[in-house]
Formats: sequence, structure tokens, C-alpha cells
Amino acid sequence: MDQGVNKPLVLLSLLMILVLGACTLAGSGIKVNPGAPSTAGVSLQPGTPASHLPAAKLTIFAAASLTDAFQAIGKEYETAHPGVVVDFSFAGSQILRTQLEQGATADVIAFADQKNMASLVSDGLVSADASHDFVTNQMVVILPPGNPGGLQSLIDLARPGLKLVLADASVPAGTYARQILEKMSNDPTFGADFSTRVMANIVSNETDVRQVVTKVELGEADAGIVYTSDLEASPDLLTIPIPRQYNVTAQYPIAILRSSPNPELAAEFVNYVTSSEGGSILSQWGFSPVR
Amino acid sequence: MKLSSPPFRRTKNHDLPGWEFILPSLVLLSLIGLPVVALVWRSVGINILSFAVSASAVNALKLSLLTSTISVIVSLITGTPLAYVQAHWRFRGKAVIDLLVDLPVVLPPSVAGIALLMAFGRGGILGGTLESIGITIPFTTTAVVMAQVFVSAPFLVRSARIGFSAIDHQLEEAATVEGASNWHIFRHIMLPLAGRALVTGIILCWTRALGEFGATLLFAGNLEGKTQTMPLAIYVGFEQGLGIALFLSLILLAVSLVLLTLVRRLER
Repeated sequence: MDQGVNKPLVLLSLLMILVLGACTLAGSGIKVNPGAPSTAGVSLQPGTPASHLPAAKLTIFAAASLTDAFQAIGKEYETAHPGVVVDFSFAGSQILRTQLEQGATADVIAFADQKNMASLVSDGLVSADASHDFVTNQMVVILPPGNPGGLQSLIDLARPGLKLVLADASVPAGTYARQILEKMSNDPTFGADFSTRVMANIVSNETDVRQVVTKVELGEADAGIVYTSDLEASPDLLTIPIPRQYNVTAQYPIAILRSSPNPELAAEFVNYVTSSEGGSILSQWGFSPVR
Repeated sequence: MKLSSPPFRRTKNHDLPGWEFILPSLVLLSLIGLPVVALVWRSVGINILSFAVSASAVNALKLSLLTSTISVIVSLITGTPLAYVQAHWRFRGKAVIDLLVDLPVVLPPSVAGIALLMAFGRGGILGGTLESIGITIPFTTTAVVMAQVFVSAPFLVRSARIGFSAIDHQLEEAATVEGASNWHIFRHIMLPLAGRALVTGIILCWTRALGEFGATLLFAGNLEGKTQTMPLAIYVGFEQGLGIALFLSLILLAVSLVLLTLVRRLER
């Protein structure tokens, strides 16, 4: 037969060897680092070492904007609780909510808005009194280094031809961004059609807020609207602040799921997140802890 | 391409496979079969037709048909000559080219998306040059097509290459003796004889282009009517309500089944 047919097979076997090698490394207790989490919507921790089984595993579902802060908190928590392994799944809140509704198992859930939590409460997945807000966040306009779109102020967002990236309307950050544009449209300075004109500049509705950050960081878009906390992990971005009267305050709720396999550990994790230690990590990553 | 008769036959006294063969097979078959059945089953419960007319579903359908068709045409025009060169000439660096063409088949689509951004994005290697002549590719329908060609063209090239390789060399030699040019041999002998393999390649390429998701999301973004193809609409629609996602999934399932049956027919 044709020699070309075997090429993919060779490649496949090479890949398999690589994967097997990685598994062996993980099995012998060497930690394999997952590749650049900022570009991926969902980032999972590497497998647990098989040589010494952990006492327990905690699974945390958290809004994409919490990625860096929660990874830092997870490390601290693991150090303080030897034998406990914390696994994270980061994605847009709406994706996590859907996964839980479709039967995914997790111990703790942290969303970037109230709507998704309310939906889990009404589905009976979270007790009505189990959820409470632990941080707040604000929005900001981000521009790539060098400002290729030449934006000087917020009003430039409506300039025709500008490439704007927002989170999809189903994503909390996308809803907040649209609320801000609506508020600005009510101000005569911007004009009643401001929101419509800005929305006409959207070139992509991303599935989580971190994808918006990535697209702007790469310079593919001229501007995006994201959380102020997102700036901590991306210091090269230029910003245009959104004044208080137009901005929104995102309230982040955290809760233990009713089906949590480890409710005690889950409670300890939530306590740690809401403690002063947890709060200082969250502040470092640009969130305002709720006291 | 005709395969010869099977190299061995079961003897009479071993007519039925034992449970040690049947049980593992059933596990795999149910893993693949149950989700497919469940997809259809759940759709029956919902008034699926009400989503058929929704604007976003129609837009996604139209865009998917348009982009995948263009992708197949581009793959055909560029991929057939490439497959012919690969099948008929030996040259330095051929192994590298063979490997390169097969690479997208095993490469995760998200990697393809990042790679396309690094090459053709505004900040990519060619980005500055393209920008200076007024061309921006990311977030356009062109980007959708490029992502689809990247991941799907190799299926066409591989199929065509096998088709060209299977043709008897003596035919070509005879034609050369008669004074036919390379182009004439390609056009009047090779193309008709490799027709079946080419059609198989076209179908596989089209199916893969229709299903492209990861590279599109990264390189072309997600905007209804412009870059939101059916797989993207399914992903985004899934969180807003199962209806649109189920409706579009059913269409893709039906199309895939029809195309796969066609391929089977052609391969027989």
C-alpha cells in the first residue's frame, strides 16, 4: 500500500509514547505542569500521584475570572492540608452551571454572578441558605499594548471599524459589559444609540472572560471589556477606566453543593477562601473581599 | 479502490465468536451507541421544529454550508495537485511534506487555532504584512474557511494520494510513449481513474470541515452570521437552552450518517 498511510500511525505511536511517558512521570510522584492555563478556557490539575494515595480530593468549579486567585488559594490550602488534593475546573459560569445541571460532581462552586447560583438553588443542587457572596469585582476597558485602535476615551468604543471583543451575553462578564453600555446610552454625553453603535463593533462573543483577555493581549482585537481583576495576570494591557456611574459591581457567590462527596473538607475550603488569609490572596489578584 | 477478498475465512466449527469477544465489543458499542440514541430520544420530547426557524439556528446552518463548501473547493483545487505530486514524484524533503500534510489529522484543533493566530493573526508572523495591504484575517468568515481547510484538507489529500498511487504505472508510461504531456496524463487518465478516491476524499473533507470547532473558536471567534458555525452555535446554545443545541446536533448527526454511508458505498 501507499507509504503515506503509515505516517499518521508513526506519529500516533510517537504521541502515545509521549503520553505514556507523562503518565509514568505523574505516577512516580513528579508533578507535570499543565501548559499555559491563561489561553485555555478550562484548566485541570494534573493527575494525583499513584504511589501515595491522598486522603481526599476536592473538586472546585469556579468562574474563569477566578483562575489565578483560586489556583494560588488551592496551593496554600494543599500545603495546610497534607493529603488533600484540590482539583479545579475553570470556565464561564454558565458552562459550569450547565455541567452541574447535567450531572457533573463537584464539592464547591463559585460563580461570577447571582443568576447562575439562583438557577442551581431552584434546581435543588444548592441549599437556599448555603450560598453567600465572598468577593466583588468591577469592569474595565482593556486595550492591547501599543493601542492599535487608537482609543482615547470611552466614546471611541463606538467608532466605526473598531474591533471589539466581549464575552457572550450568556457569560456573566458579557452581561455586565452590556449593562454598562446601556447605562452609558442613558447619558446624553454618549447618546441614546451609543450601545447599538458599540455592539455593531463586536467581532467576537467569547465563551468566557479569559478568552476576551487573550484575544486583546494578542492584539487581535482593539478593545475588550473585562474585570479589573483580570489585569493582575496581564500587566501589559492598557486600560480605560469605566467611571463609577456607569460601572457595575459583580457579586461573586460561593457555595457547597448538596451532592458534595466531601462536605467537611468543602466547608474548610470555603472557610479558607473567606478567611483573612484567603481574602489577602484574593486582594492580591484584584478582587475586593466581602467582609 | 477495490480491496481483494479477505485473507482468511472462519472455519465451520468456529462459526460464532465467544463471549470473550462479544462482551468487550458490547461495552464499546454502547459507549458510542447510547449517546447517539439519547440525542435522538431527547429531541423527540422537545418541540424541535420551533427551533428550526430561530434566527441563530438558520444563520449557523447557512454559514456552515457556505464555509464548508468553500473549504472543500479550496482543498480540492490545492490538494489534488499536491496529492498527485506526492504520489508520483520522488524529491528531497518529500518525507517532510508527507508528514506536514498528515499532521493536522492528529493535531488537536485548539493547537491548530493557536498556530493559525501566530501565523495570520494581527500580531502573527504575516500579520504586519497583511495589515499593510489592508487585510485582517482573524474574526472574519475567511478565518473560518482557513481553519476548516487546515484541519480538513489532509483528509482529501490522503484519499487522493492513495487513489493516484493505486493506478498502474504502465498506463502512464504508455501515454508518455504516445506523446501525452504531464497535464494530459493527469487530466485524462489519472483524474478519471482516481475519481472514486477523490469523491471519498471530498466527502471526508466536507464532514470534517462541517464539524470544525476548536480552531474556529480560537482563530475566527464567535459572531452570529459571520463566524458562528453550527458546532459553535451548539456549544453556545447549550447553556442557553437545550433546544437549539439539540436541533443543530440532530442535523449534523443526520448529515454525518448520510455522508458516511456514501463513503461506504464508494469504498465497496
